[in-house]
Amino acid sequence: MHRLRALSGRRLVAAVLLAALLAVAVAVALLPFVWMLSASLRPRGDLIANPTSLVPGIWTWDNYRAIWEQIPFGRQLGNTALFAGSVAVISVTLDSMAGYALARFAFRGRTVVLVAVIAMLMLPPQVTLVPLYGVLVDLGWVNTYQGLIVPRAADAFGIFFMRQFFLALPRDLEDAGRVDGASELRIYGRVMLPLAWPALLTVGLFNLLNNWNDLLWPLVVTTQTDMRTLPAGLALFKGEHVSDYGLLMAGSVLALLPMLALFFVVQRRFIEGIATTGLK
Amino acid sequence: MFLAPAGVVLLLFVIWPMLNAAATSLTDARLIGGGDWVGLQNYRDLLDDDRFLGALQNTIVYALVTTPVSVALALALAVALNRAVPLRGVVRSAMFLPFVASLSITAIAWSFLLDAQVGAVISWLEALGLDTGNGLRDPRFALPAVMFVGVWRNVGFFMVMFIAGLQSIPKEIREAAVVDGAGAWRRFHTITLPLLSNTTMFVTVIAAIFSFQAFDQMYVMTGGGPFFRSETLVMLIYSRGFEDYDMGSATAISWVLVAIVMLISLLQLAYFRRREVRY
Repeated sequence: MHRLRALSGRRLVAAVLLAALLAVAVAVALLPFVWMLSASLRPRGDLIANPTSLVPGIWTWDNYRAIWEQIPFGRQLGNTALFAGSVAVISVTLDSMAGYALARFAFRGRTVVLVAVIAMLMLPPQVTLVPLYGVLVDLGWVNTYQGLIVPRAADAFGIFFMRQFFLALPRDLEDAGRVDGASELRIYGRVMLPLAWPALLTVGLFNLLNNWNDLLWPLVVTTQTDMRTLPAGLALFKGEHVSDYGLLMAGSVLALLPMLALFFVVQRRFIEGIATTGLK
Repeated sequence: MFLAPAGVVLLLFVIWPMLNAAATSLTDARLIGGGDWVGLQNYRDLLDDDRFLGALQNTIVYALVTTPVSVALALALAVALNRAVPLRGVVRSAMFLPFVASLSITAIAWSFLLDAQVGAVISWLEALGLDTGNGLRDPRFALPAVMFVGVWRNVGFFMVMFIAGLQSIPKEIREAAVVDGAGAWRRFHTITLPLLSNTTMFVTVIAAIFSFQAFDQMYVMTGGGPFFRSETLVMLIYSRGFEDYDMGSATAISWVLVAIVMLISLLQLAYFRRREVRY
């Protein structure tokens, strides 16, 4: 009897300890977001006078007003949405077509293509950065939207992911379509795509997120302030105006908001998407 | 026909530049297109290029620390969250949030948090009586700070992968062990860990590759400084290629990076394959 109580006492301590450790982990994970919000809502003087506190001593919306005038924030927000949005839509389309072809059609050189896709999957994207820039210079695409978007219009991860998904779908459905005399394009569009929407959504979300958040690529392709996306624009603004804390944090909050909102809406799907990637 | 559009994009913007990179690395091109053939000179130059060797060392230190730390933390969190914990969903989402946010933007917040003048974290550490030096600008702390932010960002992502792996372990095995009287640590060590090895392999490979590609937080927080103390290979590629316009050297470094990443992937695959568990 006595031993039993001691044991449950130890269990209790373990549970409290675990909860405390998890609370610390959550606090560290959220700290920059909380600080960002706080710093964006207080004047610079208040922050410098009292850096220890996370709660503003004086509250103000000024930073949120000023950011639109200090940098072309609206323009850069539009650039980010246009870049990430069109890449997501275009690459989902192209990736799913290619993935479908690799999963379903027997053609000469299929193995070669598949091996090439897997090799590209492992290749660090930075390797091609310098020569890719050369291609963009030759095309006259530096500082253009097509320069940002077109090179990202297909990616090895999306193709591979879609191939794996289509492989797992039963063939009976397409065969039924073929018997009915439907064209391959029609079978793909009317039969396969509607079945593939969970995979399409996963690939699309990953693409949207990656490109919305990307720093290196927009940094290389764009040199004009008006063509930058927000991650690049804010990072460069930080380099020039190191001490405009509130302003930068107001810009950061606004830049993060769309993706964080999207994450909360689709988090279940998103996390499941990652789980399936892990199992490939 | 279905393959053509994606094929053209990849051919033009991935494969062609890749081959081009191999060729450029053998020339002394200042901007792409020109350049005379110099053979392996760019690669030989790297051998006594202090900035390259420093960046290589930083990158290796970064990888050797962040990979095991983030994998271990992620595994611990996943195991903790795989049982009935209050607010489990909230904790999981909170841990995952850093991965969803743009690293270049959250890194701005971190660089302020670790700033010697306005940094909240620095002011807290000072209140505890710790020597914080010059904050992020201190040569001693620059690399540890960017490593910390790298771990901070990726842990939630790896955690989600581990949770998925844990949920694929049949419950019966665990229950049988409980009946047999195995303690929690013993269960983790002899059941969970071996059965999770496929996931662990995948996560470790990804974590290692991530760490060799790290760029954003160095660019934003330290610019590779002070005194190149936190410069990594990707930082150096960017700086050589797009600030010094030394394309030959930049592409040569790129290929060194490819070789390292490929080698690590293969080594890790080989290592884990020997220990792979099927059930």
